[in-house]
Amino acid sequence: MSIEALNLIEVLINGLMAGVMYALVALGFVLIFKSSGIFNYAQGVMALFAAMTLVGLQTGQVPFAHLLNAITGMHVTHFGWNMPSGLAILLTLGVMVGLAFLVERLVLKHLVNQEPIILFMATIGLAFFLEGFGDLMWTAEIKQLDVGLPGGLSEWFEGASMALADPEAGYWGMYVDKLDVTAAVVAALLVISLTLFSQYTRAGRALRAVADDHQAALSVGISLRFIWVMVWSIAGLVALVAGIMWGSKTGVQTSLSLIALKALPVLMLGGFTSIPGAIVGGLIIGAGEKLFEYFVTSDAFHGLTGFNIDATENWFAYVLALLFLVFRPQGLFGDRIIERV
Amino acid sequence: MKLKLALLAASMLTAAGPAAADLTFPMLSYRTGAYANNGIPFADGYHDYLTLVNERDGGIGGEKIRITECETAYNTEKGVECYESTKGEGALIYQPLSTGITYQIIPKATADGIAIHSMGYGRTSAADGKVFKWVFNYPGTYWDAASVMVKHIIDVEGGDVSGKTIALLYHNSAYGKEPIRTLEELSKKHGFKLQLLAVDHPGLEQKSQWLEIRRSRPDYVLMWGWGAMNPTAIQEAANVRYPMDHFIGVWWSGSENDVKQAGDRADGYKAVTFHGVGDDYPIYDDLKTHVTDKGLAAGAGDQLGTVLYNRGMYAAMLAVEAAKTAQEIHGTAAIDAAMMRDGMEALEITEEKMAALGLPGFGPAFSVSCADHGGPGIGMIQQWDAKAGEYTIITDQIEPDREVIGPLIEEDASAFAAEAGIEPRACE
Repeated sequence: MSIEALNLIEVLINGLMAGVMYALVALGFVLIFKSSGIFNYAQGVMALFAAMTLVGLQTGQVPFAHLLNAITGMHVTHFGWNMPSGLAILLTLGVMVGLAFLVERLVLKHLVNQEPIILFMATIGLAFFLEGFGDLMWTAEIKQLDVGLPGGLSEWFEGASMALADPEAGYWGMYVDKLDVTAAVVAALLVISLTLFSQYTRAGRALRAVADDHQAALSVGISLRFIWVMVWSIAGLVALVAGIMWGSKTGVQTSLSLIALKALPVLMLGGFTSIPGAIVGGLIIGAGEKLFEYFVTSDAFHGLTGFNIDATENWFAYVLALLFLVFRPQGLFGDRIIERV
Repeated sequence: MKLKLALLAASMLTAAGPAAADLTFPMLSYRTGAYANNGIPFADGYHDYLTLVNERDGGIGGEKIRITECETAYNTEKGVECYESTKGEGALIYQPLSTGITYQIIPKATADGIAIHSMGYGRTSAADGKVFKWVFNYPGTYWDAASVMVKHIIDVEGGDVSGKTIALLYHNSAYGKEPIRTLEELSKKHGFKLQLLAVDHPGLEQKSQWLEIRRSRPDYVLMWGWGAMNPTAIQEAANVRYPMDHFIGVWWSGSENDVKQAGDRADGYKAVTFHGVGDDYPIYDDLKTHVTDKGLAAGAGDQLGTVLYNRGMYAAMLAVEAAKTAQEIHGTAAIDAAMMRDGMEALEITEEKMAALGLPGFGPAFSVSCADHGGPGIGMIQQWDAKAGEYTIITDQIEPDREVIGPLIEEDASAFAAEAGIEPRACE
């Protein structure tokens, strides 16, 4: 196989892997939108908050240390332990469930029957609050996240792909990040688990009932408040997974919340109400943006057009999503909404 | 009764406002938002140094410093709002730590008659004091940094880089694009091929750029990043096994924050700097005695000695020295913004002065003049030692190639002057 073809395949594979990372964030949005019609603006910040909490617990950081020290005159920063990653993840999950409970109790409960835009605005407020609260609790410094996930170049894959080229060609093999492969496996497990949960458990069926029709679900005795806590807890779990994957890649820092920007075109393309749609949308966006960048930055394109174009990924993802919307306004897998007027 | 209330209100307003003789140093800082992890240590260093001067010396020339901190979140609009809301409080100098904010407030500050010091950032051609009377960027500019980095590469390569490829991985913003013009000129002069790779804000996803680097194998990669872009790039470089000692960041891509996530794999990463590293300077004893031990540290007191803390401290030190110079020139301790500008333009930093301030050998000796607001542009290369968890300076001071940079500054400043209708000053 020619090196050009192998390069193209490498870009495609990496694009698909990047797409999985976007889909991990998009999943949280879908879960909440599907069950309550709320576009949760705070999903990116939830991923950041989960990752900060995880690192804080792992490294034994004293929460609100700055505040405590300023008020009491003490100088405490760490408890002095290093918690095993598994335990820290479980405790972080507990914190995210607690957060879901508080969100329902303090925000959503008071906004039942309000317009979706009101609920959306509430999540904007929640995002700002949570970002500041996270900073206050765990500080805004960059933190190293290591939960033992494999990372870096897969030498096995590099060696195996090297054999696809002519030995004389001097091809150095394809690059795949082991962390991206791990993320793909985790995302697949997550989607399977969520699908099984919603199809085969009582709580899952209740969730689908609420998603289909709030009023009808309430009339048969399903507790809307319980469903909301449950769904925000699951979204917290998804945020934790996304936070771990992205945090392992870039470190845990305040800009991690901006990964939500990468999830928006995925949602537009895959549909706001479909779990498989988030995955497929992520794959299309990831592969599409990487291939487009590869194409427009190539010497061939430059020679043909005379243009120097780069950094296309951010806008191209949205253009691609908009193109799909022209033909399927509800996204590839979203529910078609027909309203009588 | 009404009179009493009016008097009470008036006395409260007086108490809340600035004391007439205070020297007001506004701080346009960012402790929140996407770039907080870099904004915090810089702000802490800046604030702590000013606190030290107040506590140890009783202020500048007997006048206490009043610090008014305004949160910009590294957002240009908020930065401009901060400027507008603080300029009326007797502001002497602005150091916004953002190229975007600097660009926006240059015309405003020029009209208001308040000096800006964009130390190692902002608009490079502001080094031309004939055009930019109110803007200073000493002791070095982006273009100096680019030149110093290329000079270091030439040195490593034994004096010849012709035929080599140097890639620039840059933040796709006004800041990131600053060095391109200089690097293009340097590539013509030295015969290397320049490869440009843009990364969009915030830079959390750089797979395309690093696949391209892996394919094209440039001999060196220079980085013009900020915030999340830096650690992500260093992590990706480690992933594709790019040799770290051939990966060189600008001074805004060379903090501890940038290398932490990659762990041991970041070992050998280099960055240009214009000041010393670490906390092995006598000033740290003073900071401990007068600031941290008294519980007066701006933050948690955990940033001391880091690269960005040192830079914030250096920025504050240069502002204080300029204020002292202004007091000497005008024979009054209660200086205003115009006097402060005069002090900045007459600033002279000597090795003796640095030693007396507790920072021996920390930064270059230089003097500012009417025509030259940019300083000498001298840089050094620092390298990350992952095992020790610290940067070490590995080169002597490197002078930039002013033969290339000088005409570029003049060209850009002239274009700005023509566009803004500014008649360049005559400087003797």
